[in-house]
Amino acid sequence: MNPLLLGIFKRDMQIAFQQKAELVQPLMFLLMVVTLFPLGVSPSPETLQRIGPGVIWIAAILSSLLGMERLFRDDFIDGSLEQYTLSGMSLPAVATVKVLAHWLVSFVPLLILSPLLAMFLNLSMDMFIALMLTLLIGTPLLSLIGAIAVGLTVGLARGGLLLALLLIPVFIPLLIFATSAVDSAALQLPYHPQLAIIGAMLLLAAAAAPFAIAYSLKVSQN
Amino acid sequence: MQFDSFSAFLEMGGYAFYVWLSFGVTFGVMILLVVLSYRQHKGLLKSVLKEQQRQVRIKEAREKSHASSAR
Amino acid sequence: MWKWLHPYAKTENAYQLCVTLQPWLWVSALLCLAVGTVWGLAFAPQDYQQGDSFRIIYIHVPSAMLSMGTYVAMAIAALVGMVWQWRTAYMSMIAMAPVGAVMTFVALFTGAAWGKPMWGAWWVWDARLTSELILLFLYIGVIALYGAFEDKQQAGKAAGVMALVGVVNIPIIHYSVEWWNTLHQGATISKFDQPSIAPEMLWPLLVSLLGFAFFIGAVTTIRLRSEIVRREMHRPWVQKLAQATSENS
Repeated sequence: MNPLLLGIFKRDMQIAFQQKAELVQPLMFLLMVVTLFPLGVSPSPETLQRIGPGVIWIAAILSSLLGMERLFRDDFIDGSLEQYTLSGMSLPAVATVKVLAHWLVSFVPLLILSPLLAMFLNLSMDMFIALMLTLLIGTPLLSLIGAIAVGLTVGLARGGLLLALLLIPVFIPLLIFATSAVDSAALQLPYHPQLAIIGAMLLLAAAAAPFAIAYSLKVSQN
Repeated sequence: MQFDSFSAFLEMGGYAFYVWLSFGVTFGVMILLVVLSYRQHKGLLKSVLKEQQRQVRIKEAREKSHASSAR
Repeated sequence: MWKWLHPYAKTENAYQLCVTLQPWLWVSALLCLAVGTVWGLAFAPQDYQQGDSFRIIYIHVPSAMLSMGTYVAMAIAALVGMVWQWRTAYMSMIAMAPVGAVMTFVALFTGAAWGKPMWGAWWVWDARLTSELILLFLYIGVIALYGAFEDKQQAGKAAGVMALVGVVNIPIIHYSVEWWNTLHQGATISKFDQPSIAPEMLWPLLVSLLGFAFFIGAVTTIRLRSEIVRREMHRPWVQKLAQATSENS
């Protein structure tokens, strides 16, 4: 890999490890939101198993929106974002590398936490495996598409809620296919069609999103 | 002694996995807490020392430049 | 009556107290934990219903009781800090918080590991388990709030308010088993009644409880020392201390 891109990746990872508290907060939010459902809806194991996949995916989407802004915020504030844009580097490549670092730091902990969430919501082992697969393929999608919107709102003062309004409609197809996969797993039915569709969306995003992110960064920085 | 043999002790009447998991994780986490707390303390004292030494070096450098500019 | 406590408003005196107490706390902790654990694992009788899995009680009950006790101690420290404006009170509060959180985690984990063979589930959403989980969230909230402030004076006050707000949860956990029908069994040890547990099982439990309490004290002293050093870095006595420590090592 281009040493410059590797350098950007390493820098993002190092900054992330210094900001451990900021990374833990979305995870705690996720945990607490999941805890609210048994308390607010019903603690009955059957109900929890029925709503579990949807609850976990919705909580994952909401908590990811909380952590999404840090993708470009610090670089925007200290001017490095402008430097990346003005330098001769390929901005789509920079975007890809930053999204990769963001996914590793924000979503891999979520994957690690998911067994605990599955236990809280009484998911069966089949359902849990399906959930893990959907999270594995689906969360990079959240990062890639999310980065496009983050790039557009990076300069805005109160862009946080706006970001949520922009991204939630876009994430709905992913939510539908992911929960459909886990529900099929609950009924012991095959779910590779749903996984295949999510995979296809991911491939499309991996190919196209970097260019969209680069364009949105140029737009927001004028 | 409630158990006939050491292997019976390890077996815990069939509940070996749960009992040893509990005791293992508990003491593991407690030991981790202790190690981290002591490391934190040592690190803090070290950083105080480093800052002290830095201040001494700054002072010496300042005096040197004073002495050389006074000449 | 509390005049003897007053010197410890000064960080230097508090630090020295920690240094003095630490070895005693460690020795007591290790002794009681070793005796309690070995007694509970190997010498206490097994339960006629639950067999040997029952031995988890020797870590589950102490950690659960002390998770609540530490939170109350934290809240008292916060109150002392607020009313008398003692920084050492706030520092003690934040020193205790991670230890209490660890105890809460241990209680939840050992409870799950005990619940699985006995009642068939790692986790159920009954009142006591849920309020213990909420206690863990509260600990994490206090720790996170303190860490979010650059100015640790402010941090202490903010975290103190949160700790006091959360203390309402403690009576709820304790009485939840009486107020709601829950899967969790009732209180084993109560001030007012004869304990519902056989004496051969009660004694190792009490020794373990003492061991965990001394452990919490020992770890809190080292953490309090760290917090004092961190906050008082520029004081001459801390500077001297850092030099003396490096010369000894």
